[in-house]
Amino acid sequence: MIASLLSADFPRSRILAVALLAVFAGLALAPFLFPGTRPLDVAAKVCVFILLVASYDLLLGYTGIVSFAHTMFFGIGGYGVAIALSRMEVGWGAIAVGTAAAVLLSLALSFLIGLFSLRVKAIFFAMITLAVASFFAILASQLSNVTGGEDGITFRVPELLRPAYRVLEQPLLGVTVGGRFVTYYLVFGASLVLFVALLRVVNSPFGRVLQAIRENEFRAEALGYRIVVYRTLANCLGALVATLAGVLYALWLRYTGPNTTLDFAIMIDILLMVVIGGMGTMYGAVIGATIFVVAQNYLQEAMKAVSGALKGVPVLPDLFHPDRWLLWFGVLFVLSVYYFPAGIVGQLRARAALKK
Amino acid sequence: MKPIEGQRLDWAPLALLAAVGVAALALIGSPSTWVTLTIAGLAMGLLIFIMASGLTLVFGLMDVMNFAHGLFIAIGAYLAVSTLRLFSAAAGADSFLANLAAVMPAMLAAMLVAGLLGWFFERVIIRPVYGQHLKQILITTGGMIVAEQLIHVFWGPDLQPLARPASLRGAFIIGDMAIEKYRLIAVAIGLVVFAGMMLLLNRTKIGLLIRAGVENKEMVEAMGYRIRRLFVGVFVAGSALAGLGGALWGMYQESVTVHIGANMMVLMFIVIIIGGLGSIGGCFAGALLVGLVANYVGYLAPKVALGSNILLMVLVLLWRPQGLYPVSKT
Repeated sequence: MIASLLSADFPRSRILAVALLAVFAGLALAPFLFPGTRPLDVAAKVCVFILLVASYDLLLGYTGIVSFAHTMFFGIGGYGVAIALSRMEVGWGAIAVGTAAAVLLSLALSFLIGLFSLRVKAIFFAMITLAVASFFAILASQLSNVTGGEDGITFRVPELLRPAYRVLEQPLLGVTVGGRFVTYYLVFGASLVLFVALLRVVNSPFGRVLQAIRENEFRAEALGYRIVVYRTLANCLGALVATLAGVLYALWLRYTGPNTTLDFAIMIDILLMVVIGGMGTMYGAVIGATIFVVAQNYLQEAMKAVSGALKGVPVLPDLFHPDRWLLWFGVLFVLSVYYFPAGIVGQLRARAALKK
Repeated sequence: MKPIEGQRLDWAPLALLAAVGVAALALIGSPSTWVTLTIAGLAMGLLIFIMASGLTLVFGLMDVMNFAHGLFIAIGAYLAVSTLRLFSAAAGADSFLANLAAVMPAMLAAMLVAGLLGWFFERVIIRPVYGQHLKQILITTGGMIVAEQLIHVFWGPDLQPLARPASLRGAFIIGDMAIEKYRLIAVAIGLVVFAGMMLLLNRTKIGLLIRAGVENKEMVEAMGYRIRRLFVGVFVAGSALAGLGGALWGMYQESVTVHIGANMMVLMFIVIIIGGLGSIGGCFAGALLVGLVANYVGYLAPKVALGSNILLMVLVLLWRPQGLYPVSKT
């Protein structure tokens, strides 16, 4: 049962298994374990980013292509539901229409970009996607009558998902079961299902071909696999999941804007999460996204203390300024690309393999 | 570019530039507006060329794409801010020579520090990942993240105003044409850099080796030349030019934010893809094309202006999939 759920791709390290179980339990019981608005926000963001980072890992870790347009697809999903819900009658129909339109647009775009630029080197693809994504971000901020420009779109969600809505009159184990509760479990459930689906994909014959292409392009081609086709398919699949992640995030925030979806800073965050967690492992997405999002929200307080303690020393307080937390993640990123290309998950697995 | 023996200069891309200019004149109608826009486009194009030339040569020579090239631009711009602040008396004086005495150190400091940083960057960040494209992209992006944060540490997160010295402000009025002084200076500096680079590449031994290295690295190595040393030189020079470009671009915009590098990165990628990866002549033609089209379209159809670069790139690649001047690799 568990083997088929995980597609026989086990953590292969006791520490990793415990960590994954802890993350799973923490997220599954988040409304009960961490009451309050902010912790629940963090938990929902972790769910969405695990999914987003996992879909990026499909490209970077499994197929070996670097895309800078992943936030674009994330944004398309967010804007899809936002535009549909703000223009049409608020309801599940609008969500379906917005999602469908966003998915179609994402698939078409990723197909075109793939076909156009995946024939050549990885570098070319990276450059093209960077250019297209930045163009899309500018477009979204300029077409203000459609996208709301820099302000973004705040929209209403179906009644079941509204914070004021109550499913149960009485609190369940001290937790209000209302719109937020339902939305959280919608986000959590959808993320979990899609993550398991991605795990299935990378462990399928299709996923094996992707890894073969990553390891040795010529050989894969010589064995009869059309690498352009496989890469383009992987690109479309990654875009599809990123779009759905965008839909979920928008539903959680009830808002879509350039800063929550299209910003290049988010692309950088995704890169950091996937590399630090472990490229080409899928579980790396879980570890990377959890550590990063939690650090993003709680590390700053710790740094404030360090910065305060170093007062009077030149430069050092600035290095530990709460806003500089990304600096340390950047350093960690560079070090992990050099020394631990398989990230935290890879390190843990290597240690477990040594023990045996 | 001077044609090399047995190789004819490809006129088509240059004709395209001229055609774009003529078409714009016909569409704009007013010659004085056209001149203003053309000068602005040339200035922008040449500044981009200064910044992007190193990027394309480094790629041509060593197959290294530096996603952190924008960092040298940002450093150049921030050093210009600091240097002009240091020489604020000279920069504020109402004499061209005094202003020059402030701007020159700013440009030199930008080049020097960006060059040194380039040397460090090549040694520490890029050298361990030669030949591994995926890691190169990741590691240089990581370097960019760290560098942007360090700029925050030293210069603070706020927008830095960068006022041009008095004599570089304002415009020459000829008839009903207004030509900004600074744009003319940018064009002049850009042309000097281009000419110098062409002389170096086409008339010196080092240039010969660089061109040979772009075409066939192994052969140059087999002849007994240390291509690595050549490459470090090109990398440092390219970084220094990016620093110079950053300083000039900062003064062009009169303000600097930490995103200046990342923003220019996209433009530079478009330029070197249009030009043909690794081709310095292509980088020149591509930069001018991007600069001119951006200014013409910005005037004719402001709504489309933001997409004009991407559209231009797609059109050029449909015409010549390897760029305007494809580099023949053997």
